[in-house]
Amino acid sequence: MINTTSRSAPEVAPTPRNERALDRKGVVQIALLAVLLILPVAAYVMGEFYYVNLASRITIIAMAAVGLNLAIGYGGMVSFGHAAYFGLGGYVAGIGAYHAFDATPFMTWPISLPGSDNLLVLWLAAALLCALLALVIGAISLRTTGVYFIMITLAFAQMIYYFANSWPTYGGEDGLPIYLRNSLPFVDSSDPLNYFLICFVGLLLAMALTSRLMKSRFGAALTMARLNDVRLATSGINPYPVRLVAFVISAAITGLAGALYADLNGFVSPTVLSWHFSGELMVIVILGGVGRLYGPLAGAILFVMMETFLGGITQYWQLFLGLVLLGVVLFAKHGVMGFLAGRERNE
Amino acid sequence: MSVTLLIEQLLNGLQLGTMLFLMASGLTLVFGVMGLINLAHGSFYMVGAYATAAVAASTGSFLTGLAAGMAAAAVAGALVELIVIRRLYHRSHLDQVLATFALILIFSEGTRWLFGSSPLRLSPPSWLTGFVTLPGDTRYPTYRLMLIGVGVVIAIALYLLISRTRLGMRIRAGESDREMIGALGVNISKLYTVVFALGASLAGLAGALVGALQSVQVGMGEPVLILAFVVIVIGGIGSIKGALFGALLVGVVDTLGRVYLPILFRAFMPPSEAAGVGAALAAMLIYILMAIILAFKPKGLFSAHD
Amino acid sequence: MKQITRFGLGLLLSSSVLAAQADDVKIGMITTLSGGGSHLGVDVRDGFMLAIEQSGRDDIEVLIQDDANRPDLARSLANEFMQRDDVDIMTGIIWSNLAMAVVPAVTRQGTFYLSPNAGPSDLAGRMCHENYFNVAYQNDNLHGAMGAYMREQGYERPIIMAPNYPAGTDALAGFKHLYEGDVVDELYTQMGQTDYAAEIAQIRASDADSLFFFLPGGMGISFMKQWESSGVDIPIFGAAFSFDEILIKAVGSAAIGARNTSLWAYDLDNEANHRFVDSFRETYDRTPTLYAAQGYDTANLILSALDSAHPDDADAFREALRAADFDSVRGEFRFGPNQHPIQDIYVREVVEGDDGQPTNRLIGVAIEDIQDIYYEQCQM
Repeated sequence: MINTTSRSAPEVAPTPRNERALDRKGVVQIALLAVLLILPVAAYVMGEFYYVNLASRITIIAMAAVGLNLAIGYGGMVSFGHAAYFGLGGYVAGIGAYHAFDATPFMTWPISLPGSDNLLVLWLAAALLCALLALVIGAISLRTTGVYFIMITLAFAQMIYYFANSWPTYGGEDGLPIYLRNSLPFVDSSDPLNYFLICFVGLLLAMALTSRLMKSRFGAALTMARLNDVRLATSGINPYPVRLVAFVISAAITGLAGALYADLNGFVSPTVLSWHFSGELMVIVILGGVGRLYGPLAGAILFVMMETFLGGITQYWQLFLGLVLLGVVLFAKHGVMGFLAGRERNE
Repeated sequence: MSVTLLIEQLLNGLQLGTMLFLMASGLTLVFGVMGLINLAHGSFYMVGAYATAAVAASTGSFLTGLAAGMAAAAVAGALVELIVIRRLYHRSHLDQVLATFALILIFSEGTRWLFGSSPLRLSPPSWLTGFVTLPGDTRYPTYRLMLIGVGVVIAIALYLLISRTRLGMRIRAGESDREMIGALGVNISKLYTVVFALGASLAGLAGALVGALQSVQVGMGEPVLILAFVVIVIGGIGSIKGALFGALLVGVVDTLGRVYLPILFRAFMPPSEAAGVGAALAAMLIYILMAIILAFKPKGLFSAHD
Repeated sequence: MKQITRFGLGLLLSSSVLAAQADDVKIGMITTLSGGGSHLGVDVRDGFMLAIEQSGRDDIEVLIQDDANRPDLARSLANEFMQRDDVDIMTGIIWSNLAMAVVPAVTRQGTFYLSPNAGPSDLAGRMCHENYFNVAYQNDNLHGAMGAYMREQGYERPIIMAPNYPAGTDALAGFKHLYEGDVVDELYTQMGQTDYAAEIAQIRASDADSLFFFLPGGMGISFMKQWESSGVDIPIFGAAFSFDEILIKAVGSAAIGARNTSLWAYDLDNEANHRFVDSFRETYDRTPTLYAAQGYDTANLILSALDSAHPDDADAFREALRAADFDSVRGEFRFGPNQHPIQDIYVREVVEGDDGQPTNRLIGVAIEDIQDIYYEQCQM
């Protein structure tokens, strides 16, 4: 995975030249967040709940992409299997609710574990399980580099996909419905605006975590591991555990997003585990701008909007989606954020 | 669990393997020579099958259709290389993934626009239907035997092409040092277009041959693309030998796993459950195989680059 | 002052427009129009729209969206229809897994849903709902009917095969339930599998006297083409999902001789069906599939209910739907207590048509008045 993303400079330790760009970029960033926050609130006031849920969808997808961006953009680890964590997070929410609804235990041995419909419990479980899964997958996969890494992460995700498809207890290919949205203490999570705000806070926290992380010594080591792992090794730091920790955090964020997504839809199915979904997440990260803090958000807004509105225009909408994506990769080399920031610089 | 069943299953595995080799060889060449990850390789598989089905239906000749299918895939490959891929050689793997992912969408929906949503009809020619009786009273479809034969012929032809011809020499040079062959005065962009079109035509051939056994429909290239990636990663990216070995390994393991895992589980489980669990494990088997191989040999079995 | 009047007038006008629209009926259709298996969605849509056009009513608005065979997208589109467009009735979903993602949410929010194709067992049993009507079949119907037919025809050692996913295991369970005998073996294939050489070899190695399989869409095409040249010589049976008019044309000669169960056939002899098949061929220039027939029946059921009540009057509209007072193209049609059909299932054989292409021919009735086995779990 060496050098795969060195083209786009990391946004840590800004040089003076970057400082000026940051100001302009700041405007775009604040505008993105403001639009994402204000539009759903306005839609809610007007009673248009559909747009509130659409904003929740964008927010959650953006959060998943923030997780993936930590691996791809900042860590240079091109994971083609992040659907595995997104799906696992979703299934944690689904399975917890399933057992809470039926009042059956999730497992009885070695310890008795009941289901739960408490979102806090489910989120914690989702993040921990995804971290654990990523620890195992990452430990094996990070022995490889480049295309091999891309493909081995895909292989693990495919295993989980086929497993979920054929395991009958939780619905297999039919998926698992969540009849009632899982709940939070003191907050009515079934209210669309409340749920959007929960997702929005989740997204902000994920972005803040990424930002803090990349400004720390750990972030510097991760950047160095991406740009030149030999130099990092000679300075006495083993790049392997640095990458592994970043990979695990990345998976936990994506898994948390998966849990939110399952509750938003009231449904989880193996579709979110498929390689297509891994591909879409990658597309969103690249679309927005690799290794940019706000890239995933910009990518998610554009992608979900295109998906939603092109579908209403023509049944061949995927053709146009493909053309737009191709246009972005050929002509807007640094993604939407790069495009916006670049235009600003010229003004 | 008779011997004839085992022989037949081995032949099936071999046949799957040879078709995977046709896909994987193009993929691995393109990666080896140009350093490009091409997710759209499955689209050429589909283009080959559709063109073959369309031409075979209008001319009535399977062989004419086959030639048209290979030609169409080669032309599609050359066009894609000239218009899109050529701009991506110096870009990151990520950009390549995004662009070729976009190409999948464009090819799939474009094909549906042209040919409609219904699957097309493509059957093996009448002189290849039926079966032959092998020693041990194993009946095996003639067409599948022919597929194995084609796979072997292509493998030999590719070997000769790469080891004996001027084009092959340039390909080998390109694999070992991309900048160098440019300096030697080889027209690199022409070489790239040719290699890309060659890979695409092999994928188109595979799509057409397999399409006659399966269904010619939009999206048919995607499962096989993933398998082909598994193959080249197991074999070692850039290595034709690795692609051949990986393809046969994946073909045989996948086929035998599907048959014998459910039987194995039946030894200690009720039959209906064993069938389900066995089938689930069989679906995961080649990915498990790949993960194990990469865990021990992170660059595949026969890596061309080190 | 003038301005205020005009403003007030505008309000008045727009509210009267709103009032007029309130009597209109909005139907939201979410179906699969792109990606694999999209010919099913296209046929449901075309059959449905044909009936709407024939009704000549201009107070019905049908909104159509493509789910691309993805549950999460279908769910989002359902929200769009309910929350933005405020539709009265929804329909269109092809696949069981998408239905499971969409239907419970729709019916819980008080919108009617009429299924033109999928019939998962949960929706017929423990998750049934008074606003959910299945106008097609419960998923087991056709498989069970084939079990009954094969028993009656005297096949004693069938081998049965389906993909390893819920609808596949349900299909085999449904078959066994009405076959009421022992099967030689059960083979489970992978979802989306394209090569069946391994399974065919196992079938050859068994001593089965017949094969029943459930492989919908492209899987069925692949299997039958490979079956033809295998030299295994036992009769094959299936459900209509592998034998619609479009699929068997893609299979070609390999499909000839296969028998399949269907709730409808284009050569079924009743007046509504003649009218449907003729007008469908005239409008779309192709022979309808059972999916088109189901879409057509769904629309006609809605139209018949609209004659007596508007969906805003939910109880009256529901009663009108339950009465099922419309001319079904499949002949007799009525709902059971869980609002799933009780209907005859027919047997068709694939034969060579006049144009040399394979086509289905009605050869008899597999079972009369079949009802799903889940209705007892349904508490409405």
